[in-house]
Amino acid sequence: MKKSPKIALIGNPNAGKSSLFNSLTGLRQKTGNFPGVTMDKLIGKWKLERGDDAEILDLPGIYSIYPKSVDEQVVINILANPAHPDYPDLAIVVADASNLKRNLLLFSQVRDLGIPTVLALNMIDVAESQGVVINSVKLSRELNVEVAEVNAKKGIGLNGLRLSVNKTLETNYNSNDSLPMDYDGEMIEEIKEKYGDTDDYHALLWLAEHDKLKQFDTKQRIGFDEIQEKYHWNTQDAQSKETMARYSQLTEIVDNCLHQVPAKEQEVNTWTDRLDAVFLHRFWGYFIFLGILFIVFQAIFTWATYPMDLIDGGIANLNNFLKTNLPPTKLTDLLTDGLIAGIGGVLIFIPQIAFLFLFISMLEETGYMSRVMFIMDKLMRRFGLNGKSVVPLISGVACAVPAIMSTRSIGSWKDRLITIMVTPLMSCSARLPIYTVLIALVVPEKSTLFGVFNLQGVALFAMYLLGFFTALISAYVMKLLLKVRERSYFIMELPSYKSPRFSHVILTILNSTKAFVFEAGKVIVAISIVLWVLASYGPGDAIEQAEIYVKAQNPNLSGIELENKISSQKLENSYAGRFGKVIEPVIKPLGYDWKIGIALITSFAAREVFVGTMSTIYSLGGEANEENSTVMKRLRAEINPETGKPMYDMALGFSLLIFYAFAMQCMSTLAVTYRETKSWKYPTIQFVYMTSLAYISAFIVYQLLK
Amino acid sequence: MKTIADLKKGERGIIVNFTDDELSLKLLEMGCLPGTQVTMTHIAPFGDPIAVKVSGYVLSMRKDEAATIIIA
Repeated sequence: MKKSPKIALIGNPNAGKSSLFNSLTGLRQKTGNFPGVTMDKLIGKWKLERGDDAEILDLPGIYSIYPKSVDEQVVINILANPAHPDYPDLAIVVADASNLKRNLLLFSQVRDLGIPTVLALNMIDVAESQGVVINSVKLSRELNVEVAEVNAKKGIGLNGLRLSVNKTLETNYNSNDSLPMDYDGEMIEEIKEKYGDTDDYHALLWLAEHDKLKQFDTKQRIGFDEIQEKYHWNTQDAQSKETMARYSQLTEIVDNCLHQVPAKEQEVNTWTDRLDAVFLHRFWGYFIFLGILFIVFQAIFTWATYPMDLIDGGIANLNNFLKTNLPPTKLTDLLTDGLIAGIGGVLIFIPQIAFLFLFISMLEETGYMSRVMFIMDKLMRRFGLNGKSVVPLISGVACAVPAIMSTRSIGSWKDRLITIMVTPLMSCSARLPIYTVLIALVVPEKSTLFGVFNLQGVALFAMYLLGFFTALISAYVMKLLLKVRERSYFIMELPSYKSPRFSHVILTILNSTKAFVFEAGKVIVAISIVLWVLASYGPGDAIEQAEIYVKAQNPNLSGIELENKISSQKLENSYAGRFGKVIEPVIKPLGYDWKIGIALITSFAAREVFVGTMSTIYSLGGEANEENSTVMKRLRAEINPETGKPMYDMALGFSLLIFYAFAMQCMSTLAVTYRETKSWKYPTIQFVYMTSLAYISAFIVYQLLK
Repeated sequence: MKTIADLKKGERGIIVNFTDDELSLKLLEMGCLPGTQVTMTHIAPFGDPIAVKVSGYVLSMRKDEAATIIIA
């Protein structure tokens, strides 16, 4: 027996695969990435026998080994390639007993790939409640594999499963050499000759799916195309015939092993039916969905502020402590104003992201999310999107990075691409601090709409609506422009409602938050340090000259006033100041000066840097006295040198708001778009269209309000 | 020629054949086999998509997809 065998869990979506994974491994699990794709890979340990720990790999749910979407593709890349590092020594196929025939289709394909297979029969209680009794001993004999009855959710039957796995690992497993369908033996021999010896079914799988399999290079793929042509191979036809042949074989087996108690007259309304009557209702369905959205927003924007304030205060205290206790050198400045401030800028988003994933994973766990897709599909389709685009768009309110990754379940490439392209227009949480500062500047605090709604709150809500509708309109334009003739389809299971498994929800939150902190965090911290350097150093002795210049110009000044004049002059002379001045002519029509120019440049890679930069620009070196303690007060006090009126008036405020709502200022998003589309073309288009949209809209707004 | 798209809520039919080769594979894999009974269970608020009960579970699809499944 091999040391530490690799066991893969394979099964249809909703068959209870993840429950079984959690029952088997408990907390002994970790996440990783599948090679080449950043897709959550769950690995856990399961004690088998004599101290051998088996490594359990939880794979995304699939219906067959012929993938239809990107997450299904991951599974096939492993199963098709015996040389793959994750290729399993044994597969546990988890089957939903209440839908046995469909589940056995996948089982029979996995078994025919020559992977030693154990069948775990799950949800027997559901089957029995439908009057279906399965003779698993007979099934085991007919299928010629070990069959274990389990209750994945309650963790019952795990010992039986362990016995089956041990038995299968010990025996010399014979793969099924007689495939249920006809194929050309000569063609198979040619594939084996060219691409290495393998079983017949692997050879057929390679031939059918070679374009999508990572293990083959372009030259090999062309070779497969030639074989297809030579033998008049039609992949679609062959796969349909195979599926039919498998089903007819399985029908016989299932009929032998399954006893159907005469069906009760039209089952009474189940919970799922009753809930669906409400959730899919033409009025209540949308009403409840809006209500849930409202709670999600409430959580992200109200409840999350308490932990966010704590993090903010903690970082500020830490910085103050370090500043008073460390020698006042450049290095201390770099540590506090550069590095720690940067890390704080990442950590501050954790509560919002955690709340968002709490809700999304709960809605997904319960089965409600697929109902949302169902009632939204028709509306979304008008805009070139898909019912499944709803999840990425909602996630986009927290962060576009996980949102874009969640588009993988969208089967159609065109729908998926459009969703990826417009998701960053949803106002993510990084825009929230910018909106808050700017709205507070231009919308009077005490004013209300109809005497009820706080006008600042209305303005904030309007910004989110603006993002959402711009996303819809952009999607519509792209639908007209994209000339991909590919059909989009919406064939998916509406699972029965289940109560969420909290271990699962917690794990999702942990994994997603971790992904955000490390993916986006790297960029934000790096930018913060670069910004600090740019604002602290200038070409040649420009910085020293600034101090001499100010002192010479203002011989009567002293103390804080002088310090502030000097630091502002220093900033103007620094690299950052120079850059700001260089782009000033370009941004002048939008109402921006070189100081805002600096903030635009620094927030170019991560928009959340904007507020930090503004506070740096207006406070670098200054003493934090009562007068100018907050960024807001400093901005309010800023005077436009040309007009003599306050710089941050209505026109400038709205121009900046619009600019930040549309501009593509997030390296992490561009990086994830590149990774998900596998081409630089789409991140480039995304950057150009969003930034142009931002520039033109801000220009119009400023010129109209000026 | 009657298809699933013609069913009213609560009505049943038996799958006979498919008119679209590309979709048929996906439908077969999801358990829509010729000879299986389907029951229309849900119609989305704007008439599309629809959901049917087939081999013991609920499957949703768009109306034009349902129109490729011939029933008797």
